[in-house]
Amino acid sequence: MIAENVAFGIIAAAMALGAIGVVRTKNVVHAALYLVVVLAGGAAQFILLGQEFVAWVQVLVYIGAVIVLFLFGIMLTRAPMHPKDSLDNDLRWPAAVTALFLVGILVGLLVHTFHADKIEKLQVNGPVRTGQITNAIFTSYIIPFEVVGVLLLGALIGAVVLARKD
Amino acid sequence: MFFLDKAWLIPLIPALSFVVILLFGKRMPRHGSEVGVVAVGASFALSCGAAVRWIMRVQDAKGGSALGALGRSIGHLGAQGGGEAAVLPVLHHVTWFQNGGVRLTAGIQIDGLAVVMMFVVTLISLLVHVYSLEYMRGDVRFTYFYAALSLFTASMLLLVVADNTLQLLVGWELVGVCSFMLIGHWWEEKPNSDAALKAFLTTRTGDIGLLTGVIMTFFIVQRATGVGSFNIIELNSAASSSKVGHTLILWCAAALMLAIVGKSGQFPLHTWLPDAMAGPTPVSALIHAATMVVAGVYLGARVYPVFFHGFSIGDGGINPMAAIGGITVLVGAALAFVQDDIKKVLAYSTISQLGYMVMALGVGAWTAAVFHLFTHAFFKADLFLGAGSVSHSGSHHSFDMKTDMGGLKKYMPQTYKTFVIGTLALAGIFPLAGFWSKDEILANAGHNDYKLFLVVGLIGAFMTAAYMTRCVYLTFHGEYRGAHGPHAIPHVDEAEHDPIDTMASVEHDAEVHAPHESNRLITTPLWVLSFFAVFAGFLNFPHFSKFEKWFDPHFPPAFAEIPTIAHPAAFNVFLAIGSVGLALSGIAIAWAYYEGLLPQGLSSRNALLGAGRRFLVNKLYLDYLYENVIVAGIKGPIAAGVYWVNQNIIDNVLNYAGKGTQAVGRFTYNIIDQKGVDGLVNGIGTITGDSGAEVRRLQTGRLQFYALMLVAAVVIFAGSLWIFT
Amino acid sequence: MLLNEFLILAAFLFCTGVYGVLARKHAVLVLMSIELMLAGVNLNLVAFGAFHGDVIGQIFALFVLTIAAAEVGIGLAIVLLIYRNLHSADLDDVDTMKG
Repeated sequence: MIAENVAFGIIAAAMALGAIGVVRTKNVVHAALYLVVVLAGGAAQFILLGQEFVAWVQVLVYIGAVIVLFLFGIMLTRAPMHPKDSLDNDLRWPAAVTALFLVGILVGLLVHTFHADKIEKLQVNGPVRTGQITNAIFTSYIIPFEVVGVLLLGALIGAVVLARKD
Repeated sequence: MFFLDKAWLIPLIPALSFVVILLFGKRMPRHGSEVGVVAVGASFALSCGAAVRWIMRVQDAKGGSALGALGRSIGHLGAQGGGEAAVLPVLHHVTWFQNGGVRLTAGIQIDGLAVVMMFVVTLISLLVHVYSLEYMRGDVRFTYFYAALSLFTASMLLLVVADNTLQLLVGWELVGVCSFMLIGHWWEEKPNSDAALKAFLTTRTGDIGLLTGVIMTFFIVQRATGVGSFNIIELNSAASSSKVGHTLILWCAAALMLAIVGKSGQFPLHTWLPDAMAGPTPVSALIHAATMVVAGVYLGARVYPVFFHGFSIGDGGINPMAAIGGITVLVGAALAFVQDDIKKVLAYSTISQLGYMVMALGVGAWTAAVFHLFTHAFFKADLFLGAGSVSHSGSHHSFDMKTDMGGLKKYMPQTYKTFVIGTLALAGIFPLAGFWSKDEILANAGHNDYKLFLVVGLIGAFMTAAYMTRCVYLTFHGEYRGAHGPHAIPHVDEAEHDPIDTMASVEHDAEVHAPHESNRLITTPLWVLSFFAVFAGFLNFPHFSKFEKWFDPHFPPAFAEIPTIAHPAAFNVFLAIGSVGLALSGIAIAWAYYEGLLPQGLSSRNALLGAGRRFLVNKLYLDYLYENVIVAGIKGPIAAGVYWVNQNIIDNVLNYAGKGTQAVGRFTYNIIDQKGVDGLVNGIGTITGDSGAEVRRLQTGRLQFYALMLVAAVVIFAGSLWIFT
Repeated sequence: MLLNEFLILAAFLFCTGVYGVLARKHAVLVLMSIELMLAGVNLNLVAFGAFHGDVIGQIFALFVLTIAAAEVGIGLAIVLLIYRNLHSADLDDVDTMKG
């Protein structure tokens, strides 16, 4: 139990720092790399929660594909690597205050609602197996699954239409 | 039981026909029309079979066919003898899809109502398909037209056979799309595409009601049975049970009522229907008179217990449904008086008659409403197709009664005869179809303690007779006023063309386009419809009452508990004589007016009447209200107001703040300058000015600023919610 | 492990993302911040899935992942289009909505 909590703490700290890095760094490429830290940390947390399938999908889709896409985006828009002026706009302080209030409210509500609930079922039921997920997707959730497929196709075509030069 | 069990074929065949026409129509010898006609013909045959089987099923259940033939009284005796045998609907369904724990089905519920509707839809669709062979001949999008007609027929039938509200919703939206496609068939002309858009958007307003209503039906069933479902039978029994709170049913009924108001052209969302006449006439006959617009009424009849219990219809007096229907009866009839376009007269007449149906549902006369739907489909389609025949062969593709018609009686005898039959049926003259159905509505309104609506119905009957007489008179009697008639040649187009050209073209046109009777493809459907317009009413002849016996819902749970269906009003001779008398007097007065026997030009001499007429000509200013007040109100003044606030108040606040500080600064400068701190003062002025400019910049269209406001608002709301609860 | 550990971490990620969306000038950075918000949401879903011991949390997380991928694709295409038209991916330059 303690080992789990320690692991959580380490990963959470890394994720928090990474998240702050994404929104604070002055180098756009560094931001993408910080994002990798956050997403990889997320995947690690998923494994910690015994949900390994979604963890590996996260690694494949996010770190494998989305980050590469971001790097391409940075390259194609000639984003400044060493900008002279800040990458932030002048809403920095109002935005920071708003975000702080938001996190305050959320944390307050969470503590109020779930203050000592423990994730124990993991030990009772064992981790969720990949087979269970596929079974659920291809029976109960077949319609959302297919809709998501159509959505991906639409996004694919849309991205091609938007981005091509004509 | 083939015809009932396989009723899902009825919508399927036109749907396949749609696909075939779309894919191969252009390459076929008759450009796809043959596929459409054959497919709808097949559907019609199956519907007839289903109707016959259904009647046999009822007869079997009701104590033998021999006894049943003797009518309702005997039927009741037989029922008492053998026990009230429920005639169960034929139900079949398959799982459409499953999501989480909820299984959604697609299926058919074939009962009396569905059988009647299938018969009406397929018959009129078949006739319209035949009629269009001639009417749409040579049209640029002939194939497309037939494809859309097929799709429309399929979706309407899908709606009719649906056993759950979700499937009904799908059919409902599909007919809306087809209506849009067909109204805008000649979209090259701006008014047509505008009309299509208007029809689509106006009915869409009502569809919001249907969507929310359908969602609520799911939860009504869940409250009653514990398992949510869209099934119509379960919904009806749930609505009748005491397990569901009245408020929920009331809200559901109100939402579904909005759908009816939108789709069935009820006041105040009726304005799209006259504009929908921009579509080809066969489409007007099929969609905007006989089938699609009655989808709303059909919905009302289908889930009637929801309305009955939601609006407390059994209590008498007044309720929203009857009130909307009653208002629509009068508004539609009044507006029909001032139209010059023959199709618009018929369109307002349709609105008025749909008002009758909704009013009938509202006063508890379920059978009468469905019966009126049934008879109205025939004579209204007859009238529309007649109007189409007039424009096709008599008035050179014009629909204006005052400028291009008149005196067509002698050129188009068959069209004239069928049109008069339709008119008399619509006016409710004994013994034509409209008489029986309208009289049943009136009798039930009186019987169920809705005296006010009895009066409304009688006034409506009088007005109906009068405006239809006006329409017939202007179209078929008097002198021919069209540009291409034999009498019209000398004074035509004097100013517009040079003489030689005009003479040549008029001569040419006179040969081709002189008023003449339409050919058999057009007149045959007219006569078929006239036949039904005459005889359909006898189905519910008093004390014979086949329609009621055959097609009323005889199955538990819900409908059997509704007293006004179980015990409808008896035929009332005095009422019948009264309503026919009123209709005849309406005809007589209108006729006398147009023959010149009554004082003319009242509206131009009398200011009050003139104002009334102007009010009607402008369609009660509803379009004005919608387009110029509501739409313009949203996009004009409000936008301008926001702009004004932005420009004058916010800017001024900032400017004055800046200027004020600068003034203070200047004042201070003048006073303290001598003491040598002008740098400080200048600093204050500059900072204020700069911050003013800075704040002002935030007001000007920056995405992230808006996003910040959004999130800040969420934070404030969430925070205050948390604090105060 | 407490459920709240994960939920608070998720809330933190989400709010950091909100800050990034509001305060970053470069469009690609805004998209990255949106990814941060989505990562927070996903963590929430998976944590609740583990808490209740069923698969629904994971399934929805998978859907969110898929949709996020589609969103990045479209979003970057739009950013590219903006860049091509305005020669800048700076959101402060995108002010055609100015009243």
